[in-house]
Amino acid sequence: MTVNRVPGPAIHVQDLKKSYKELEVLRGVDFDVARGSIFALLGSNGAGKTTVVKILSTLLNADAGTASVNGFDVATQAADVRESISLTGQFAAVDEILSGRENLVLVARLRRLKGPGTIAEDLLHRFSLTDAGARRVSTYSGGMRRRLDIAMSLIGNPQVIFLDEPTAGLDPEGRIEVWRTVKELADHGTTVLLTTQYLDEAEQLADRIAILHEGRIIVNGTLTELKHLLPPAKVEYVEKQPTLEDVFFAVVGNGKDSDAVAITAASAPTSKEQR
Amino acid sequence: MTKRFFVNTAVLLGRSLRHVTRSLDTILTTTIMPIALLLLFVYVLGGAVKSVAHSYVNYLLPGILLITIASGISYTAFRLFLDRQSGIFERFQSMPIARSSVLWAHVLTSLIANLISLVVVVLVALLMGFRSGAGVLAWLAVAGVLILFTLALTWIAVLAGLSAKSTDGVSAFSYPLIFLPFVSSAFVPTDTMPGPVRAFAKHQPVTSIVNAIRDLFTQRPVGTGIWIALAWCVGILIVAYIFAMATYRRRIS
Repeated sequence: MTVNRVPGPAIHVQDLKKSYKELEVLRGVDFDVARGSIFALLGSNGAGKTTVVKILSTLLNADAGTASVNGFDVATQAADVRESISLTGQFAAVDEILSGRENLVLVARLRRLKGPGTIAEDLLHRFSLTDAGARRVSTYSGGMRRRLDIAMSLIGNPQVIFLDEPTAGLDPEGRIEVWRTVKELADHGTTVLLTTQYLDEAEQLADRIAILHEGRIIVNGTLTELKHLLPPAKVEYVEKQPTLEDVFFAVVGNGKDSDAVAITAASAPTSKEQR
Repeated sequence: MTKRFFVNTAVLLGRSLRHVTRSLDTILTTTIMPIALLLLFVYVLGGAVKSVAHSYVNYLLPGILLITIASGISYTAFRLFLDRQSGIFERFQSMPIARSSVLWAHVLTSLIANLISLVVVVLVALLMGFRSGAGVLAWLAVAGVLILFTLALTWIAVLAGLSAKSTDGVSAFSYPLIFLPFVSSAFVPTDTMPGPVRAFAKHQPVTSIVNAIRDLFTQRPVGTGIWIALAWCVGILIVAYIFAMATYRRRIS
């Protein structure tokens, strides 16, 4: 079912341009994403991140430039591109009227995989949704919905996953759940292109970060490389107040507490190496 | 590719039929209005228009069936619009599936949901004294006309569902379709209407479709009337299909 691996980068984008009427959204975007890495496209609202994702997932045609995913051109080999990818939208694209299990079975059937029921059970288990599997998605929390959304994207083992603002609108716990999932994906060798407007999210997750601003990639590098763009750090002694996030988890403190605090602590800039 | 189309359409049809069965109120609401009109016209106004026909419920049913379809397809547009809004439409479009099966699943769901509503309305009419000596072939012909009319209006609904920008807009398009039968031979003969209204009523599609169904029910020869009715249905179907597909292609490019 899945298309064979094609050598070269998982995603290759060159001089991509797109305008909506007079509004130039993309004015020549270039970047490559290495296989098995997490690449974060960072930018403010309206910077064109979603437009890039839509072009790469064959939902939108570019005006100029080329883009390929898994070695296939998005314009001329769209069907092969769709075999290689999965998209999770900005607004969790799940079917609210169906149950979680039915959503997973639906995607497995559409991809014409054998044993859709087993696939659904496995994913429900992996994403700790087994208990909620028979419930309608409309009763799910934001975090559960997003986990289901990501689970649906994994069906058929696509080689490239697009996560368009995966944590927008989630509470802190939901965000951490999603982060953990994304890290697991990359550990399994999936290439992840992530768009986000949260700087800490890119810092937490991404192997490489590109900043999309006014239709162009103005910076592209690893976190360390990006940090070198600034003058060397000064040493100052500051009393460290707990952040609101620390307070939130200390007060809410349920079973996930230790885990959550560990990840929170990791948001300190020096601890990128911990993951 | 065609095998994929049928498999995908069947899977997606199963999905949207589940939407219908899990909100059975949508079928009820689509039948409530036509049934209320049936009751109102037969039991409240029916006495005054007795001169029209021997049995007014017999006279009325064809038009009521068309109103049932017109109100039923607004849910088709609504379901399609919700799929677009929720983002699941884009998820399907980014998957390795036959893309047009997403639309066809909605069209077939519309057909099935409307047929259920039509059966409900006919059953109510039977309770109210509707009788027809029509044979199996005539009933099949009636079903055929109604299916064609449903498909024609469904593609208009697809067009509305694909182009609407708000939930209000997506249901508003069906109002003129629901009211079209009032200015036709559905409730009273067009001869009783003043000049310009009569001219419109005589030549609009609902009149020829209503007359054809009425003739089939009353076992009168349908003559050329049924061909005009079928031509309207097929014509609307083709035009709506072309526009809906053009809108669809624009949406996905």
